[in-house]
Amino acid sequence: MIIPIVRTALMALRRDRPALAMSFILPIGFFSIFAVIFGGQHNSTAKIKVILVDQDRSRASLELAKGLEREDSLVISTRPSFKDKGAAPDYTAAAAEAAVKAGDAPVALIIPAGFGQSPISFGGAQTGPAIQLLSDASDMIAPQMVGGLLQKAAMTAMPAAMAEQGMKYTDQYVGGLTPEQRKIMSGNLEQLRQIESRLDAQADGTAPAHSAQGSADSGGLVAVKVRSVVGENKNGNMISFYAAGIGVMFLLFTASNSAGALLEEAESGTLDRVLSSRVTMTTLLAGKLAFNTMLAFAQLAVMFLWAQAFFKLDPGFVIMALCTAFAVAAFGMVLASICHTRAQLGALSTLVILMMSAIGGSMFPRFLMPPAMLKAGLFTINAWAIDGFTKVFWRDLPVSELWPQVGVLLAVGIALFLIARRIARRWEYA
Amino acid sequence: MNDALIPAGSAQSPAIELQPQPLEPVPLEVASLVKRFGQVTAVDGISLALSSGECLGLLGPNGAGKSTLIRCIVGRALADAGRITVFGFAVGTSEAREALGWVPQELALYPRLTCGENLAAFGRYHGLSGSKLAQSVTWCLEWAALGDRAGDLVKNLSGGMKRRLNMAAGIIHRPRVVLLDEPTVGVDPQSRNRIFEMIEALRAEGTAIIYTTHYMEEAERLCDRVAIIDHGRIVAQGTNRELIQNSFASRSQVLARFAGPSDEIAAWVERHNGRLVDGAAQFTIEQSTQIAGLLDDAAKAGLELVDVSLRRPNLESVFLHLTGRELRD
Repeated sequence: MIIPIVRTALMALRRDRPALAMSFILPIGFFSIFAVIFGGQHNSTAKIKVILVDQDRSRASLELAKGLEREDSLVISTRPSFKDKGAAPDYTAAAAEAAVKAGDAPVALIIPAGFGQSPISFGGAQTGPAIQLLSDASDMIAPQMVGGLLQKAAMTAMPAAMAEQGMKYTDQYVGGLTPEQRKIMSGNLEQLRQIESRLDAQADGTAPAHSAQGSADSGGLVAVKVRSVVGENKNGNMISFYAAGIGVMFLLFTASNSAGALLEEAESGTLDRVLSSRVTMTTLLAGKLAFNTMLAFAQLAVMFLWAQAFFKLDPGFVIMALCTAFAVAAFGMVLASICHTRAQLGALSTLVILMMSAIGGSMFPRFLMPPAMLKAGLFTINAWAIDGFTKVFWRDLPVSELWPQVGVLLAVGIALFLIARRIARRWEYA
Repeated sequence: MNDALIPAGSAQSPAIELQPQPLEPVPLEVASLVKRFGQVTAVDGISLALSSGECLGLLGPNGAGKSTLIRCIVGRALADAGRITVFGFAVGTSEAREALGWVPQELALYPRLTCGENLAAFGRYHGLSGSKLAQSVTWCLEWAALGDRAGDLVKNLSGGMKRRLNMAAGIIHRPRVVLLDEPTVGVDPQSRNRIFEMIEALRAEGTAIIYTTHYMEEAERLCDRVAIIDHGRIVAQGTNRELIQNSFASRSQVLARFAGPSDEIAAWVERHNGRLVDGAAQFTIEQSTQIAGLLDDAAKAGLELVDVSLRRPNLESVFLHLTGRELRD
């Protein structure tokens, strides 16, 4: 009797294509996404963008900058990248801080004037100005990595500076060097500088040097003063930061489920009856879109109210929430208009929404993703919505800074609505 | 004031009676309607007209084209050829939409709304609002005998109540032409009777009605005229009496059961151009006096009469006569 039961179940599953898709495509899709993000495939681990401001312009600071540029996992930027080819001025300290606040880079390094006078601190003994590391606290990994690599760069890129500093310490604490000793030391320093030059040439012409070994902790060779410029005193708001990611994902599910009412109405004949009245298909879809937008907005508002004890209806939030709600509502309507039954809608929406959420940053932060995945994320509503909410809640950026996200979400919403309207023609007339 | 709205014989002004009265447009007129689905012609040149207060029954086997015709009239299917007008307005215009009420075969209601909320929703879709909407909802609830169920959720109603509410939702905007697509499917005799009364009340108000059904006795009771549709065409149209007269003239059917050898019975039936249906012999006769000859011949063949009856043809006889007995689905 067990075999007939298994056989019947198999036959039913074979004819239930949505269930089949859920059983096989979804796990494969998710496995692939996670593998790409965490598996480091094709050596495509995310590189950290670092803004570098060299106020010192000394030999030591230039060598340190070159050392940082040689690092594989860092992308050093000294000036804003404008689309037009006009020569952009180098970052100032203020511009670098603003860029970190705006989310252009998770870390900025400012080498202060006078750094070259006494670049090596040897564990904090140095009295000169420290390098400033400005960080965005939402990315907990990048500042740690940059701090470590900065020490490594100091060790490998500035041997002459290190030796010179060592000589100074010897001179200071051992009782001074004889002129002969100074002459020999100067000769050795020159040799070290030649080695540095060769390293630079190597870095410019071929692959970066990997020979340098060892690392230094943050209290190591060069003094670093770490400062969070975004997210300081925002422990409570971290909840809002994550609420955006999860919220958008659930919003997509709600919108798709709500739009599914259209399928129920089509199945019951109610849609036919409504369309035989004064209501046209465009009016009907617009009405459903308006309702689903309001529902999604209310859901977002409730979620953020819950997440934030001292939540205020920030104008940025209202704008972002409305645009996100509009886009997800239109997305739900497209899904509903594609499908013929509720079961199909359930399977398709689960598949698409979970994929979008994984790629778009609802499940894990986008800064962990490799560049290709970051670009793929831009094809999801999640990524644009999360970026927008991050600007509002994390970076405290003014409403005017939301235009890329608002523009994309509105455009996506309108485009999706038009697509849904087009597909809905099948319900319009026989 | 629109002269067309003044009833003929109105005593408002004797002078008006002397003027030629403009004819009021026909409530519903369908002319040479054709609707195809790919290679299949679902409606093949149907023409019909409906007067105020008239109830036209649409009969036909499953797949004959009745529902497609109805869907074309309400604008839910686009005809490939032909013309449909409602009080002179082309189907699909707002005037035609407002004049038409459609009660689909499906229970096209919002199950999570109450009876009153459903009616109000459909009323709003037809542009009703305020006190007019409230009055219409109240009238419809009373008409459907659901006055005490206004606050009940649709999903909690009985089958008969849902059917009545389904009808009420179709006439919430008080249309002058109503299309009823099998409104009594799956209801008990009590609800069915109430539905008949509802339809008769509409007719009494002058509403023109198209009534689609598979129940012949309903068509006989409710309809002034009947159109029998098969393969997308009207194969017969007229009053009940006309249809019978045209199909059978003065002929009647004799049904007789006999005991005896089956081959003898079959031979006897064949001799008199009859047929055997469910063990009973059926004959069509011109005069009732022919019965004696039939029975006499049976006795001579050694057949023992069990029972015999004379049946005057009815609408079902006409229907089966015109559409045949073969299964259609």
